[in-house]
Amino acid sequence: MKSFKNKQLYQLTLTQILETIREPEVLFWGIIFPVLISIGLGLAFTQDSEAKFRIVIVENSPARLDSLLSVYALTETEKQGEVHIWKITDDALGNTEFRFLRNDWNTGIVSLKRGEADLLISDSLGAIHYHFDPHNSQSQLAYLKLSTLLESPVPLQQNSSTGVEPLKLKGVRYIDFLVPGLIAFGIMGSMMWGVSYTLIERRSQKLLRRMVATPMKKTNFIFAMMFVRILMNFIEAVIIFFAAALLFGIEIQGNIGALIFLFLAGNIAFTGIAVLVSCRTSKTEVGTGWINAVQMPMMILSGIFFSYHNFPSWSIPFIKLLPLTALTDGMRSIFNEGAGWMEILSPSIALSAFGFICFAIGMKLFKWY
Amino acid sequence: MQIEVKNIYKSFKDVHAVQGISFVIPAGEFVALLGPNGAGKTTTVEMMEGLRKPDSGEIRIQGKTWQKNEKELRKIIGLSLQETRFPEKLTCRETLRLFASFFELGSERVDEVIELTDLGSKAKSLVGTLSGGQRQRLALAVSLLNRPEILFLDEPTTGLDPHSRLDLWNILKTLKDEGNTTLILTTHYMEEAESLCDRIIIIDEGKILKEGRLEDLLNENARNLDELFIQLTGGKKLLENISIV
Repeated sequence: MKSFKNKQLYQLTLTQILETIREPEVLFWGIIFPVLISIGLGLAFTQDSEAKFRIVIVENSPARLDSLLSVYALTETEKQGEVHIWKITDDALGNTEFRFLRNDWNTGIVSLKRGEADLLISDSLGAIHYHFDPHNSQSQLAYLKLSTLLESPVPLQQNSSTGVEPLKLKGVRYIDFLVPGLIAFGIMGSMMWGVSYTLIERRSQKLLRRMVATPMKKTNFIFAMMFVRILMNFIEAVIIFFAAALLFGIEIQGNIGALIFLFLAGNIAFTGIAVLVSCRTSKTEVGTGWINAVQMPMMILSGIFFSYHNFPSWSIPFIKLLPLTALTDGMRSIFNEGAGWMEILSPSIALSAFGFICFAIGMKLFKWY
Repeated sequence: MQIEVKNIYKSFKDVHAVQGISFVIPAGEFVALLGPNGAGKTTTVEMMEGLRKPDSGEIRIQGKTWQKNEKELRKIIGLSLQETRFPEKLTCRETLRLFASFFELGSERVDEVIELTDLGSKAKSLVGTLSGGQRQRLALAVSLLNRPEILFLDEPTTGLDPHSRLDLWNILKTLKDEGNTTLILTTHYMEEAESLCDRIIIIDEGKILKEGRLEDLLNENARNLDELFIQLTGGKKLLENISIV
C-alpha cells in the first residue's frame, strides 16, 4: 500500500508550504505588504472628498479678485506666507477649496513646475489673466472653476449646479476601479517574483540539478510551486477584498464562480510567463532584470491605477492584448458591471491558453542544470 | 560490467575539459578519480551521471545508455554533487522525505538512511543550522535513499575537518563491506583514494595519466601517491594543487 504522503506532488507541495511559512519575510512581502498597499492607496484616493486647487497670484493682484477674497476667503498664515482660502460647498459637485498665495513671477513658475500650484493669476490692465499648461487637466479644471466663480461668485456659492445628478451607484467610485486592479496586479507580482525568482535561486543553488538527477517528474515540481502560489494569491485576494468591503463598502456585483474561474486563468497565465522568464538564467540579477522588463510595462499600461483609455488611441488595441489588461478588465467587469460567465469566458480561455503556451515553451527551453 | 566509458570528449568554449577518457568498472568495485582541481574529474563524473552529454564517445551503465534508458538509470544510481544547497528552511527529515518521494519510498527508508549516516540527533534540525560535515552526511543520505547499485560522490569530503572526513569514510566503508554498491568517487585527497578505493584512476588535463590498484601503481621511484604524481607530471605540478591529509 502506497500512502499518498509518499507521493511526489504531496511532498513537493508540503515542503513548498513549509518553506514559505518558515520564512516570515516571504509571508510579509507576499501577503501582508500588498494588502497594506491596497488599503493605503484606497484611503489616499477616497478620503479626499473636496477638490483642492492651489493658485498663485503673481505681481499685481487684480482688484476684482482682491475685493472678492476679502469678502469670501479666510486668511491664514502658513509657512509660505499669507494664504487666502475660499471654500465653496456644493452638494452635487462636491466641495471645492481654492488656496491663493501671493508671490513673484519666477517663484510662481517654479511652484507650477513642481506641481505645487495649479494656476498662476496676474493682472493686466484690470483684467484677470490665467497662466497654466492647457494639457494639464487639473489646471484646466482649476481655470474653468475659478473663472466661472469669479464671473458669478454668489450663485455658485449657493449651489448653482442645476441639472447635475450625482451618481451614487456602487461601482463607479475610484476605489471600485482600484480594488479589482490591485488583485490582478497582486497575482502578477506574486507569480513573477514567487515562481521566477524561486526557480532561478534553486538553479543557482544547484538544487534543480540535484532534483532532476532523481526520477522526479519535472512538471510535478512546477505544479507544486504553482499550487502554493495560487493558495497564497487566493488568501491575499480574500484579505484585500474583505478589507475593501469593510472600509469602502466594495461589492462583487457579478458571478462569484466566474470570478474564481478568471482568477485561476490569471494565475495560469502568469505562472506560464514566470516559467518562461526564468527558464535559462541562473543569475538572480539577470532574473530580476527580466522580471522587471515583463512587469513594468504591464504595470503602467494595463490600467491598474488609472484607465488606459488616456493613452493614444492607436495603442489601445495593443494594450488590450496584454495579459494583465485582460485579467484586470475581466475582474472589473465582474466586480462593477455585474458580468457573469458569458462575459469572462473568452478572456479566461485566452489567458489560460497563453499561460500554457508560455509554460510549454519555457519547459522546452528550461535549463535544469 | 557496471560501467563502461569509451573514449569520451567534452569541451566548453575554449576549454578541453575531457580529452579521450576510457575505463571500465566491474560491479562492487570502489574507484577513485584522483587529480588536481580542474583536471576534468567532475565533468567526467557528470557525464557518467547523465547530467552532461559527451561531445563524442560512449558511456554505458549496465549496458544501457542515458539517451535511451534515462528513467531506469535514474532509479539505480545515487549521487552527490560537488555543491548542492538543500533548502535551509526544511529539516533533514523533511528533505529526505521529499527526495524519498521521488523514488516512491516512504518514511521507513528515511529512518534507515538517517540511522546509517548517523543523523538521528539532527533529523529535526533545519538544514540551515547544520555544520559542513552534517550537510555532507545529509547529501550522502539523500544519495543512498534508493539503495543505489551505483553511487557517484563528487568530492564528498572537500572542506571538511579530519574528524568529519573520518565519519564519512566510515559510512562508506560500511557500504563497501555490504558489497552491493559500486562507488565512483572524485577526490584530490590522496589518503581518501588510498583508504577507500580498490582502484585509482589518476586524471590530469582531461586525460588518464595512470590507473590501477594502489600497489601496482607504486614502484621504487614512487613509494607513495604523492611521489607517483610528481613522477607522472614530471614534477611540474608538485603539490601545489594536491592536498595531503
